[in-house]
Amino acid sequence: MSEKKQIQVPVMADLASRGETPEVLFWVGCAGAFDDRYKNVTRAFVRILEHVGTKYAVLGMEETCTGDPAKRAGNEFLFQMQAMTNIATLDGYGIKTIVTACPHCFNTIKNEYPALGGNYEVIHHSTFLQNLINEGKVKIAGGGEFKGKRITFHDSCYLGRANNIYEAPREVLAALDADLVEMKRSRANGLCCGAGGAQMWKEPEPGNKDINVERAEEAIGTGATIIASACPFCMTMMADGVKSQNKEDSVQVFDIAELIAQAEGINA
Amino acid sequence: MISNIAFLIVAVLGIGLFVWQIRKIVRNINMGRDKEISGNVSERIKLLLLVAFGQQKMFKRPLPAVLHLFVYVGFIVINVEVIEILIDGIFGTHRVLGVLGPVYSVLMAINEVLALLVIIACVIFLARRTLTKVPRLTRGSEMRAWPKLDANVILITEIVLMFALFAFNIADQKLAQLSGHDLPGVFPVSGPLMNVFGSDVNTLQVIAGVGWWAHILGILAFMNYLPSSKHFHIITSFPNVYYTKLEPKGQFSNVESITHEIKAMLDPAYVVPPAPEGADPQKFGAKDVEDLTWKQLLDSYTCTECGRCTSVCPANITGKLLSPRKIVMDTRDRMEEKGESPLIFNPAHYNEESERVKVTEERTLLRGYVTPEELWACTTCNACVESCPVNINQLSTIIDLRRYLVLEESAAPTSLNTMFNNIENNGAPWAFSPSDRFNWADDLFVVSKN
Ligand code: SF4
Ligand code: SF4
Repeated sequence: MSEKKQIQVPVMADLASRGETPEVLFWVGCAGAFDDRYKNVTRAFVRILEHVGTKYAVLGMEETCTGDPAKRAGNEFLFQMQAMTNIATLDGYGIKTIVTACPHCFNTIKNEYPALGGNYEVIHHSTFLQNLINEGKVKIAGGGEFKGKRITFHDSCYLGRANNIYEAPREVLAALDADLVEMKRSRANGLCCGAGGAQMWKEPEPGNKDINVERAEEAIGTGATIIASACPFCMTMMADGVKSQNKEDSVQVFDIAELIAQAEGINA
Repeated sequence: MISNIAFLIVAVLGIGLFVWQIRKIVRNINMGRDKEISGNVSERIKLLLLVAFGQQKMFKRPLPAVLHLFVYVGFIVINVEVIEILIDGIFGTHRVLGVLGPVYSVLMAINEVLALLVIIACVIFLARRTLTKVPRLTRGSEMRAWPKLDANVILITEIVLMFALFAFNIADQKLAQLSGHDLPGVFPVSGPLMNVFGSDVNTLQVIAGVGWWAHILGILAFMNYLPSSKHFHIITSFPNVYYTKLEPKGQFSNVESITHEIKAMLDPAYVVPPAPEGADPQKFGAKDVEDLTWKQLLDSYTCTECGRCTSVCPANITGKLLSPRKIVMDTRDRMEEKGESPLIFNPAHYNEESERVKVTEERTLLRGYVTPEELWACTTCNACVESCPVNINQLSTIIDLRRYLVLEESAAPTSLNTMFNNIENNGAPWAFSPSDRFNWADDLFVVSKN
């Protein structure tokens, strides 16, 4: 029997006051918390966590920006202020393991916080989902509704080249039993969506074309009807790129967590 | 013997001049900041074997990789013959390594085959540059007269050197045949051509002499040309690859002086460790070459100007001013302007200003060579770093220059300043209220199965 169940997302402060500790802290990230489109990804991931019964918590209003855009833009001072604040919060709760859907948060906490005293095991949600699938906790019997659909995966620079995670998101997609196609520029040779390095917050410099348009053209060129992403910035940029080509009716952009939640039939 | 003495003088002068140039380059690199890069010896050696000796990253593009491999292996193997030439030249011996017998025969045979392959490869390379004009090798504001000329000079020199080698081998064999003695070695390429110069002993002796001298003089000249050329990478790529950044590419360097400052702000009891004696107060980020680390400077002496980085750069692909190769080449140009020029061939074209990149009068790396517009176009995607066959880290220089713009000059684009303010005030790069941060969790349902 399946029924709708309301989720009360566990907040770290409450858990701590009850003396409980979660298995993992879900780091939502600013895009995950504020971007209207990307909030769906956050919710999809929480549904998966609930579905498989992982003991998790979020920081809720105590979370703040990791400082990634400040650091990439050269504002090391602001970055370190953010980092130290976050490290104080995380250490205050004795957090050991963090999962996040944002490659930028992932990269920053995993690679750049240790120099400032923050040491955690940090997992990107693609790896986390891959593990759930490998352990049989997420089954997607018969491949679900994406079976046979043509899907192309757009590598996020901060997941791929920056941290060598190329296969996890692809293995997650493989569970959908879809028709996966690769763009010519993929994996280590993938083309940036154009938003990294704080580009998300500024107009591009003058040129012939916007980077996301170039990339969206390439993705559309594969004949895929779904562009799968694993990064909030990539999602925005690819969706905008698709729109610029007037293809938003035939090509959709989804995060891998959304695809899994949808295929598993747990979206309410 | 006069010729032995002449040879010795030429060789000593050539090598001495080379050492003198190298010392200048070492001094230039030492202008950079100190940075300890150590540990992980086995990992570094593995990289050295794969990337530098094994040319691993070249094979992302198979055709140039194979051609480059010919030239590279040819270069190494032909050095065996250079050793022989040196010994023969100094002691007046003739094909001294001939005592190796069958080993020598195999060596000479391989040598000749490789020499032929080198000629073929260089001719194709020349054609690619001058006839088909491969965009990454010819286009871009940094590809001015000198870098283009430089590449062609080297290719033509190599072809000439190989021809000199063949001429020497042909004449030497014919002379041996005419005098009726045995020449050690097997010569698959020049053997069949033994008769092309006729059988006049005097002519043959002149050709053998000229071929031999041309080869050794050519090599000495080539060696002394290297420091002025992108071909210096045949030396620097080895240390450069050895000192590759081993941390994940997404991990940007930590500015420790800022860490101390912030810790002192947060905790008044925190004691900032004293700066080392006599150290200059450090600026944040990099404005000029001395603010970069020695590794970043070594990077720029290693650049082969191959343009692989620029050809995969998303900003460059979409027509923005940014070219990671230009940043690396600018660093080298500025370093030699500020430090010492090792150049014997000091090409005036080097400082020619390019069309689109408008620099200021201020002669520093930042603004004098690299404009903020270039820097702000970078998405920090690491495609350049990934693509570079000699493991140059273009991005680290870009970030250090950005840091200077932001931390010392507060010269970020307005929209980025807005983003900074948002992070400071709202804890998010967008102007949202922190109290709304958890709204996504309102009325959230899941379909619970069984
Ligand atoms: S990191 Fe910057 S310079 Fe390098 S390829 Fe990406 S956008 Fe271009
Ligand atoms: S930095 Fe590397 S990839 Fe770029 S031109 Fe130089 S050698 Fe080639």
